[in-house]
This record gives sequence, C-alpha cells and structure tokens, in this order.
Amino acid sequence: MTDRPFLEISQLTARLKGSGTPLLRSVDLAVPAGSVHGLVGESGAGKSMIGKAILGILPRSVEVATGAIRLDGTDLQSLPPAERRTRVGALTALIPQDPLTALNPSRRIGPQITDRLVDILGWDRARAVDRARQLLAEVQLPDPDRILRSYPHELSGGQRQRILIAAAFAAEPRLIIADEPTTALDVTVQKQILRLIREMQERHGTAMLFVTHDLGVVSKVCQSLSVLYAGKIVESARVEDFFRAPAHTYSRALLAASPRYTDPHGSLMPVPDEVMQAVRAEVAAFDEGRAAHV
Amino acid sequence: MQLARAFLIRLLTTLVTLFGVAVIVFFVIRVVPGNPIAMMLPPGASDADIARLKALYGFDKSIPQQFVIWLSGVLHGDFGTSITRRQPVLDLVLNRLPATIELAGMALIIATIIGGFLALTGTRLRGTKTEAAIDVGSGMALSIPDFLWGLLMILLFGVLWPVLDISGRVTPSLQLPFTTQFYLTESVLRLRFDLWRDIAGHMLMPALALAIPLSAIIGQLLKQSLKETMHLDYVTLARTKGYGENHVILREALRNAILPTLTLIGVQFTFLIGGTVIVERLFSYEGLGNMAIDAVINRDLPLIQGIVIVFALLFTLINLAVDMCYALLNPRLRHG
Repeated sequence: MTDRPFLEISQLTARLKGSGTPLLRSVDLAVPAGSVHGLVGESGAGKSMIGKAILGILPRSVEVATGAIRLDGTDLQSLPPAERRTRVGALTALIPQDPLTALNPSRRIGPQITDRLVDILGWDRARAVDRARQLLAEVQLPDPDRILRSYPHELSGGQRQRILIAAAFAAEPRLIIADEPTTALDVTVQKQILRLIREMQERHGTAMLFVTHDLGVVSKVCQSLSVLYAGKIVESARVEDFFRAPAHTYSRALLAASPRYTDPHGSLMPVPDEVMQAVRAEVAAFDEGRAAHV
Repeated sequence: MQLARAFLIRLLTTLVTLFGVAVIVFFVIRVVPGNPIAMMLPPGASDADIARLKALYGFDKSIPQQFVIWLSGVLHGDFGTSITRRQPVLDLVLNRLPATIELAGMALIIATIIGGFLALTGTRLRGTKTEAAIDVGSGMALSIPDFLWGLLMILLFGVLWPVLDISGRVTPSLQLPFTTQFYLTESVLRLRFDLWRDIAGHMLMPALALAIPLSAIIGQLLKQSLKETMHLDYVTLARTKGYGENHVILREALRNAILPTLTLIGVQFTFLIGGTVIVERLFSYEGLGNMAIDAVINRDLPLIQGIVIVFALLFTLINLAVDMCYALLNPRLRHG
C-alpha cells in the first residue's frame, strides 16, 4: 500500500477557447487506489468535464489552461498526445452514460470488447476472446458466445450497459470513470446495474471516479466525494462525514434537496436562493482572487 | 422467405416502372412533330410512296395499335428494327451498352476514390485551412457541369498539351481480339495490357469529366456525415480506449457514415448515366448515349424506344444495387 493516491488532480483549470470562460476552477482531487470517489453537482457544474479531462476527450472548444493530472505519479498533461492516449487507454476505462449510443451499431459486440486488449495492450486474440467471455459471465449475461456475436440493436439497454461494464473491466484498468452510468436506464434496471458496478469494483479492486447528481447513489457506492459548483470544488469529504455533517452551506442545501424514501413529499425542495447567492459570490470572489494574483 | 418476398415485390415494381416508361416514351415521340418517313424519302416523293413506306413500318395504324404490336414483339424479344440502321434494335443496343457501362463504371470508381479521399482528408483535418480548400474546390467541381469539364480537358490535354486521345473508344488501326463489347474488362482478362492502355487512355477524359462533379458530391456528403458521426458516443468511447484519430475515423465512424451517403450516391449515379449522353457525343465515344442522339436527330422511333427502355432498366438496377449495399452494410436491416 502506497500513500500516494492513484489519481491526483491538482489545480486543474479548463476554459472555453476564445472567450476564456472558465469551466473548471483550480480543481484538486485525489483518489487512492481501489477507492471510489463521487463527483456531485448540478447539471453544468463540470463533473463530467473532469472525467473528460482525464480521458483526454474534452470537446475541441475546451482547453486545459493549467494544472496536472497524475495517474500513478505520471503527469498526463506533460506526455506527448499519442503516449498520453495509449497510457490512458491502458490504465483507465470509461463506463458511459447512455448504453444505447455508446456501442457502435455496425460492429459486433465481441470486437468492441476485445479491441482494446488486442490493439492497445497487445494480447493475442484468443486470450482476449476468453477474457471477454469470462467478463460477460461476471456481469451475469447468459450465453456469452451468442452475445459476442450479436450486434448492439439485438440487445436491451440493460444488457448493453452490462456489456459496457464488462468492456470497462476487461483490461483490468486501475481507474474507472463512471459517467452517470445509470441515468439513462429505467429505475428497476438502475438498481441492478448500480449493485453490479459496486460488486465488480470490489472484486477487481479498481479505483473509481463516480460522476452523478444523485447523492443517494453516492452514499451507496462511494467512500469519499467532492461537491462541485460552477467548476469549483466547494467541498471534499469522506462519505460518512459528509452525510453526518456537510461542511459547506451549499452541500447542506443539496443534501436537504435530495428526495428521501422516508419522506417522499416533504423533502423535494429547491436549494434556497440565499445559499445560491452565497455560493455564486464565493465563485466570483475566487475568480477575482485569481485575477488579482496574476 | 422474407428476402424472396422483397425480391419478388421489387421485380414486380420494376416491370411496372418499365411498362410506364415504355408507354410514355412511345406516345410522346409519336405525338411530337417530325416523322421518320419524311426523313427517309427524297423531297417530292409521291403520296403513294409515303403511304407504302408508312405501311411498311406500321405507322399507318393508330398509336395504341402500334403500341400493342410493339409490346407483343418485345415480349418475344423483338424490339423492332432501326429505321436508319436497318438492324434489330436489340442487337444495336446490346452492342453499344457495354461501352456505356464501362464508361459509367469507370467514372463511378474514379468519383468514389476521389470523393472518399476528400471526405477522409477533410474529416481528419476538420476546422483547418485544408478543409476550407476542399470545400471551395468541391463547390467549383460541382458547379461546372460534366460536358464543360469535358471541353476543358479536350482543350488542356487534347489541344494545348496533346497527351490523351480525344475521340473514340480505341485507336481504329488496332486489331481487337475481343469476343464481347466490354473492351476494357476483356483486355484485362486477356492480359493484353497494350490494348488496355489504349482503351483506358481513350476512356480517361470522358470518365473524368463525368466523375469530377460526382466526386465533389460524394466528398461533401460523406465528409458531412463523417463529421456528425465523429461526435457520437461510441466514437468517444473508442478514443478513451487509446485509439488515435485515423483509427477512429476509419474503423468506428466510416462504416456508419457511409449509410446515409449511399442512397444519395445512387441517385447521383443515375444522373451521371444521363450525363453520358452528352459526354459520349463530345468525345465521339461509341456508346449508347451517342447512339441515342443520332436516333433522336433521325427520328428513329424504334431505336429511341429501345434505348430509353435500356436506360430505365439500368436506373432500376442501380437502385436495386444501392438497396442491397445498404442492407449489406447495415446490420439492423440484415437481420430485420
């Protein structure tokens, strides 16, 4: 056990090219090997943006201005593009949000699972297919051989998300980025998939960055979390501390705004205006501070 | 079972289409002023001579009657006799058809290669000056019609810098050992590359003239389609696996991007075949289109009729081929 976290992001700042609108504001983040870290925040807060920055799939209109993204101690930002790509491909994997659009409709499932193993990691094909078969069994899909031969349109959304999870774990990545992996599924399937992801994570001991807007999910899956607002982390905490006593007013309001099974009607209330104003003022002060500093 | 049904329906609609085309053409060319008999006789021919000749070719009967006679002939494989050439229409058409098929096929191959290259390059270098240059060039290639490209090339490579043959299908003095009219194909099969060079040299300019506008269309459509596909989730997922731009374009995006382009290419290819009529004339290329112009000028009604039917058949076959390619490339259709 090393003390250094597997994923370490420091002072990561991203902005829109041209206008320079900040999208991520000096993000600091650390995920120890084998641990699950949640990223929560409202839509547009930049939670997915952090995942994209790590994976190197930011939209062309976004640029990383400053900061370091260290995977296992190596700063990805300092690597040449091709090396960064293969390194990220070998060490990390993505579980995407929408299983219906994340598989190539004109390719069979088999090659879509094995391609990384063969092309990037240099396995021989037979071993890669064996591995794919084994992973499909692990995600509890019956008749793996038939699935390997199938095209995506022949499978349901739940099956496809299981396939994407199998594909993500196939290369034994050290870090998996799960980008709202259950949002596009219906509620009954959501619970199964969430349980599956947690089981797989525990079995393989993979570190995970779990992007979600659902604090309930965070409490079930994660050991620690960060709350984002406008691309700025307003609070990072261990899960049990956070749910007992969130430190930041925005976190408290967010927690209060989450629906609860015990009180399904009473708890659905928006984040109060004064809290929103306070957090916006905080972000504005941060921007000014940076401007003054530069 | 389902496939056989689809094929049968397709065959039936093809027959109905051909029948419709036959009816329209048959009546139109007989109603339009100018008759073939007047073209055949010297000025001042007697009324009796005119009547005799009319009876000989069946023009003394009413148009519906003529149509029934023609149709019953067709059902027995007899498309009538050309008035000007005095040979069976079917023989004439089948003799010329291979030349046009080879020309159009060559043009399609050239257009696909150029268009595909432009689309892939433009996608790879999207947002750069190269893409802008491709767009401007394609716009020009598209706005200039095929016969003007033909004239331009005759001027450049036939007159100013005479490196290519500007007329005919093959140098007339050459001995051709061919048994079919597919000269280009047969020269390859017989390994007669000396003849192949001569034939390809004759075909190059007309084929290019036809191909240039089509290549621009293919290039622009495919590039647009590729660029849209590049934003899709499965392409992004492939990037996270460690794949670079070239791989992602070729293996993830291309096949899906071709699908919406394919139908339009089919439509455009039928326009290209229409274009052979003028381009063949321009290069004195002995194909079906060139013969069609002669037939129209001479009011050779049976020949016009035969040529139009063949063109119509060609168009329906192209559409069929496009649909088959579509099904082949799209797994959702193959299994559904």
